[in-house]
Amino acid sequence: MHIPDGFIDIPTSTAFAALAATGVALSLKGAKSSLDEKTAPLAGLTATFIFAVQMLNFPVAAGTSGHLLGGALAAVLVGPYAASLALTVVLLMQGLLFADGGLTAIGLNVFNMSIIGVWVGYFAFNLAKRVLPKKKASVAISALFGGFISVPAAAFGFVIEYAIGGTATFSVSAVASAMIGTHILIGIGEGLITFFAVSAVMASRSDLVYGYKQEVNSLETRSA
Amino acid sequence: MKNVKTDKKKFYVIGLFVTLVLAGVVSFYASSSPDGLEKVADKIGFIDAAKDHALAKGPLADYGVKGIKNERLSVGMAGVIGVLATGAVSTGLFFVLRKKSN
Repeated sequence: MHIPDGFIDIPTSTAFAALAATGVALSLKGAKSSLDEKTAPLAGLTATFIFAVQMLNFPVAAGTSGHLLGGALAAVLVGPYAASLALTVVLLMQGLLFADGGLTAIGLNVFNMSIIGVWVGYFAFNLAKRVLPKKKASVAISALFGGFISVPAAAFGFVIEYAIGGTATFSVSAVASAMIGTHILIGIGEGLITFFAVSAVMASRSDLVYGYKQEVNSLETRSA
Repeated sequence: MKNVKTDKKKFYVIGLFVTLVLAGVVSFYASSSPDGLEKVADKIGFIDAAKDHALAKGPLADYGVKGIKNERLSVGMAGVIGVLATGAVSTGLFFVLRKKSN
C-alpha cells in the first residue's frame, strides 16, 4: 500500500501533501480533547504496535502479500484524531528510517492510510456497532468490519490519485478493479487482526477503549 | 458492569513485549511477496514508474541494519529500532497533546 516515488506526478503529490497536512493539523487539534493521562500511553502503544504489525506481511493470493494498515484498529482504541496521528508517525518513521514509502509520496500515503483508512474504518465501526446488539462482544466484531472496509477504502485513495496524476497511462478502471479486488482480500486479514487486537485490549483494559467507552456512557445515561 | 482490570503497568509491559517480539522475531517470517499495490502495478504494467527511494542506501533501508549479514538478526534489529523510535516519537507527541488531569 505504501506508494513509492514516481507513480504519481509531483503536482498531484504536492496537492495531496497539502490535504494530508490539513488533516494532520485538524487531528492535532481534535486529539487534544480525546487524550488524557490515561489514554495517551495507549495511543503511543497503538502506534508502536501498528509499526510492528505493518512489518508482518501475510500472503493473500498467489504471489501477493498484504499487511495490517491499522487505521480502524487505532480509531477504535484511541479515537479517530489520535489514530490519524498514530498512523502518520508510523508512516514518517517508515519513510524516513526504512525507505518504505517514497518521500515525495508521503502526503499521498498519509492521505490514504492516516485519513481515509482511519475515518472510513471508524465510520464503518460505528455503523456496525449501531446494528449489532449493545453488548461488549459487539465492539471487537464491529472493529473487524471497520478494519475490513478500511483497506479497500484506502486503496481507492490510490485510485483517485492515479486518476488525477498517475505517471502511467493505463486505464483508471483497470487500476481501480485490480486495486479494489486485491485489497478486499487484504481487508479480510486486516479485519481479523483488528478483531484479535481489539479483543485482547477489551479483555484486559476495556476501560481504555475509546470505541467502547462511548457506549458505556450512553448505556449509563439510559439506565439512570 | 464489573470488569476485571489488568494492572496498568502490567498491561503496558505485556503490550510492549508483544510488540517487540512481533517486530524483532516474527518479522523474519513475513511474506516477501509483493504487496497489493506492487502486484497491481506489476500486473497492469506501471511498476517501472517507481523510482528508487531517496534514502535507499540508508543504514536501515528496507528493514535491515546495514552491515549485518545474518538476515534474521538484521531484520530483527531493524524492527526493534523501529519499535523504539516509533514508541518514543508517538508517546512523546501524545503526552504533549494530552489534557492534564488537574
